[in-house]
Amino acid sequence: MSDQPSDAMTPGKPAPWNDPKIRAIVFQALLVGAVVMFGFYLINNTLYNMEQRGISTGFSFLEKESGFGVTQSLIEYDETHSYGRTFFVGLLNTVLVSVLGIFFATLLGFVMGVARLSKNWLVARVATAYIEIFRNIPLLLQIFFWYFAVGINFPRPRESLALGEVFFLNNRGLFMPRPVTEDGFGLVVAALIIAIVAVFFMVRWAHRRQDATGQPFHTVWASLGLLVGLPLVAFLAAGNPLTWEYPELRGFNFKGGLSVLPELFALTLALTVYTGTFIAETVRAGIQSVSHGQTEAARALGLRESKLLQLIIIPQAMRVIIPPLTSQYLNLTKNSSLAAAIGYPDLVAVFAGTTLNQTGQAVEIIAMTMAVYLSLSLTISLFMNWYNAKMALRER
Amino acid sequence: MVVPKHGVFTTRENKVYQMKKLLVSAIPALALSIAVGTAQAGETLDAVKAKGFVQCGVSTGLPGFSVADDKGNWGGLDVDVCKAVAAALFGDAGKVKFSPLTAKERFTALQSGEIDMLSRNTTWTLTRDSNLGLNFAGVNYYDGQGFMVSKKLGVKSAMELSGASVCIQAGTTTELNLADYFRANKMEYEPITYDTSDETVKGFEAGRCDVLTSDQSQLYALRIKLSDPNGAMVLPEVISKEPLGPVVRQGDDDWFNIVRWSLNAMLNAEELGVSSKNVDEMKGSSDPNIRRLLGLEGIKGEGLGLADEWAYNIVKQVGNYGEAFERNVGSGSPLKISRGLNALWNNGGIQYAPPIR
Ligand SMILES: N[C@@H](CCC(=O)N[C@@H](CS)C(=O)NCC(=O)O)C(=O)O
Repeated sequence: MSDQPSDAMTPGKPAPWNDPKIRAIVFQALLVGAVVMFGFYLINNTLYNMEQRGISTGFSFLEKESGFGVTQSLIEYDETHSYGRTFFVGLLNTVLVSVLGIFFATLLGFVMGVARLSKNWLVARVATAYIEIFRNIPLLLQIFFWYFAVGINFPRPRESLALGEVFFLNNRGLFMPRPVTEDGFGLVVAALIIAIVAVFFMVRWAHRRQDATGQPFHTVWASLGLLVGLPLVAFLAAGNPLTWEYPELRGFNFKGGLSVLPELFALTLALTVYTGTFIAETVRAGIQSVSHGQTEAARALGLRESKLLQLIIIPQAMRVIIPPLTSQYLNLTKNSSLAAAIGYPDLVAVFAGTTLNQTGQAVEIIAMTMAVYLSLSLTISLFMNWYNAKMALRER
Repeated sequence: MVVPKHGVFTTRENKVYQMKKLLVSAIPALALSIAVGTAQAGETLDAVKAKGFVQCGVSTGLPGFSVADDKGNWGGLDVDVCKAVAAALFGDAGKVKFSPLTAKERFTALQSGEIDMLSRNTTWTLTRDSNLGLNFAGVNYYDGQGFMVSKKLGVKSAMELSGASVCIQAGTTTELNLADYFRANKMEYEPITYDTSDETVKGFEAGRCDVLTSDQSQLYALRIKLSDPNGAMVLPEVISKEPLGPVVRQGDDDWFNIVRWSLNAMLNAEELGVSSKNVDEMKGSSDPNIRRLLGLEGIKGEGLGLADEWAYNIVKQVGNYGEAFERNVGSGSPLKISRGLNALWNNGGIQYAPPIR
């Protein structure tokens, strides 16, 4: 064979319409164009038809006064605020119940997942029973149960269960004292921030030192000391800048203090208990995925049991746990929209419910609501992907 | 459709519930953007004629107004309006199918074409009439919002309710009136907003709220659903105007006319003393008003594009307004509501129908 391939064999430069790369780009551009045009057509068509049918469109309704009340709001709200404000009221309530749910479900799930593998027969059985029961009952029924059978079945306000005349539990919720900060409390907050920064640097330093010298440092105790001690000193120095506002029975119900509505309680509990089962199974699978050889190897090296869990099992199990855990967090957030069934004022109940009904602007409101769930889900996904990347096997 | 009794949800109902929720959120966006063609005259009427029955939106179960018995047959004052339309259009009051809808679901169901008409204790307001692409075809019950409380509270007037928790149903005028009333009277309240009337009633019974508020007629209806109806009482105050009536989509005037005049025929029949019992004898009457009503002279069915005996069929099969009232919510029913505002105009009330001529 000669060095110079014959002309007939050289692929040469193909004509642009034959170049697979160019073709691919063109087809993709065409597809994107078609999708955009279709979307545009849909939107236009919708607007036109709604106009024809006399249905109002646009977002100007967001500035109008809402005229309805909401039980629980994390921001200032009353019926003189705008529909736009109801969006944020609902959004924050959704975020609140999701964050609480995720927090407690993770705790419960990890405990139950580990318990299910326990060598103690009773502990393992209890965990199994919990998982099998609550995983197999539809979530909505569980919400109804915690709400109608438990949450609002406590005594009426006048017969409230009281703990030291400070905590009260009745069918309107759990009432507790509310801390009221006074001048000088900023000092305590500042101390806390300083403590957090200090802990951060201390942990880094401890790692370096251990890498260099092999000497471990009790970061946990030191951090705790810093986080509690520093603010405490500041608190005393500022002369107790904190008082408590106690709930008291006035008229129909307790006023003042902090309260947890039975709706929030029941929804959080149901989401926690339900999602906890799935997390428990995920955790169990993760732990079981770490081969027994790893444990034996660690024991052979003479690692203590606690160190074995901390250094060998958990880091490896986490890699298996995190991806499905992310899905559970997403599920929980989306499931929180069942809130409307028991009157918890989440985004779906307040905004996609009452606001939609009062204004009739279904398309705009549903679009906004979908955008919220999409963003919440993407945020959780992004965070968990970041965390996953951090935990992933680092190949050296 | 079987209505879940007092909230004992079976898995199937639970599924249906969840599906409905899904539909509620998906329908507006999808249905409006894709399925909705341009509004055409006669569109709904043609579709109803083609399928041979009226799809009527009603409540999920409100005694006296729209409620299904244990065999799944719907009855009530609102249901009778649907039946009257079927009688006028098909000569058969049975040609109706019912869609139970919560307050939140009802307008979307109508806008998207899932139902042909809505007859579900729906208040006629400017916003609903002008913003939603809907038209109100009349008023079949003049109502007003009231409060129901447990007798144990010892409350005698709504003005004593400051600080109370109030159970309401989402997606109603009730939500707005409540806020207005408490604000106007400088009183505080905690609104507990449920999706369905079953939950609202349960919340009230369990004591989650001190007060249940709704249109007064519905308070009487819900009261008989309580396990102890005598433990609750309705306060005297009426805080709003709630003219309830049938609703149709904008854009089909022929259909709108049929619904409006089916209701008017019931009212006129009562005024002329024509009832389901005497309607056949009345055919021999010499009163021109009665003869026009029964399609024996005058414009007959022509204007509406219906058979000449359209109104005869309504009266014969459904009855006149007074009969429907007494049977469903009045003395012949457990609700025992008096005619009040809903008496005919010549009898101390404000029910008044334009003449058939
Ligand atoms: N008339 C008012 C209220 C109508 C309404 O939905 N009332 C409730 C009373 S709690 C009801 O009828 N619920 C029955 C149901 O949801 O099926 C309106 O049109 O907004």
